[in-house]
Amino acid sequence: MDFLILERWSPYIIGILIGLLNVGALLVSKKPLGASTSFMKLGGIVYRMFNKEKVEQNAYYQKSKLSLDWGIMLIVGIILGAFISALLSGSLAFDMVPNMWANEISDSSTLRFVVALVGGVLLGIGSRWTDGCTSGHGISGTSLLSVISWVASIAFFVGGIAIAFLIYGM
Amino acid sequence: MTKKNNKLIQGLGIGILFGFFLQKGGVANYDVIMGQLRLTDFSVIKIILTSIIVSMLGVSYFYPKGMVPVKTKPGSIKNAVIGGLIFGVGFGLLGYCPGTIAGAIGTGAMDAITGGFIGIVLGTVIFAMMFENLTKRGVLTTDKYSEFSLFHKISGNPFKVTLPIAATLVLVMYIVQSFGL
Repeated sequence: MDFLILERWSPYIIGILIGLLNVGALLVSKKPLGASTSFMKLGGIVYRMFNKEKVEQNAYYQKSKLSLDWGIMLIVGIILGAFISALLSGSLAFDMVPNMWANEISDSSTLRFVVALVGGVLLGIGSRWTDGCTSGHGISGTSLLSVISWVASIAFFVGGIAIAFLIYGM
Repeated sequence: MTKKNNKLIQGLGIGILFGFFLQKGGVANYDVIMGQLRLTDFSVIKIILTSIIVSMLGVSYFYPKGMVPVKTKPGSIKNAVIGGLIFGVGFGLLGYCPGTIAGAIGTGAMDAITGGFIGIVLGTVIFAMMFENLTKRGVLTTDKYSEFSLFHKISGNPFKVTLPIAATLVLVMYIVQSFGL
């Protein structure tokens, strides 16, 4: 069982496993893998605790049921699964700032927090604008041969690559 | 056990496997994801393209038997381009996406646990507040590709379409690999 404690597996093996997992999710739960909708539901649930009326009258939140569901459990599972994997390979690390950022940009945890926050906000807005993310469009929608998913996934990487070069240079 | 609880446990179990694979693939790590966006490490693209091939071929086998649903996202090409670019800018700044940030949280990455996670949730709330206006002004649209999937259009065996697509994706990865990326 040595492979369980390996730090990295081949990306092709991982791709095959995630592909099989997506087919498994479709067969068992009748749902494809996707992550961003659950962030919207979490946001709606928390927001509702502060202002029930506003959330109940919001046209966007009215489109979905804001409760603990398959997708939110999927996110909880991802956190646990990654934790188990990192624990087995001894790669748990409570870094304030990622290595690449610390080495090439700054080791200030405040700056990294602000950039991550702003990036997260844009990611959250964009994921709802396209109704999906790198999982929901990038893996699920593309393999279900949705044209929208192919276009969205390419746009994710075009935007991401442009910003990466702006931050880190050529 | 109720049906609802059953679904929750399925979601948890599938999520644990997904998170395990993401971490073992290295993509719960900022450096690996940014390596892809800086075009120095192609792990992310290799994982995504391989998983698309396997998943697409699996769906080609099970969909005609009625064993898997093919339900795709609503919206339009316009939404996909504009929203996709906004997402992309966020992706480049944050260095994680909604699935991999959950993985990064599991490995202890503090920027994911704090700013990143709060930011994504906050972003979805901001979008919910803008939604009605964006729809009224015609910024968010629906076109003929809304909920469209090529699987709905293929008459007969889906493999005659998906095998050539799979072959093309293999070729793309072969080219990437031969450049030593």
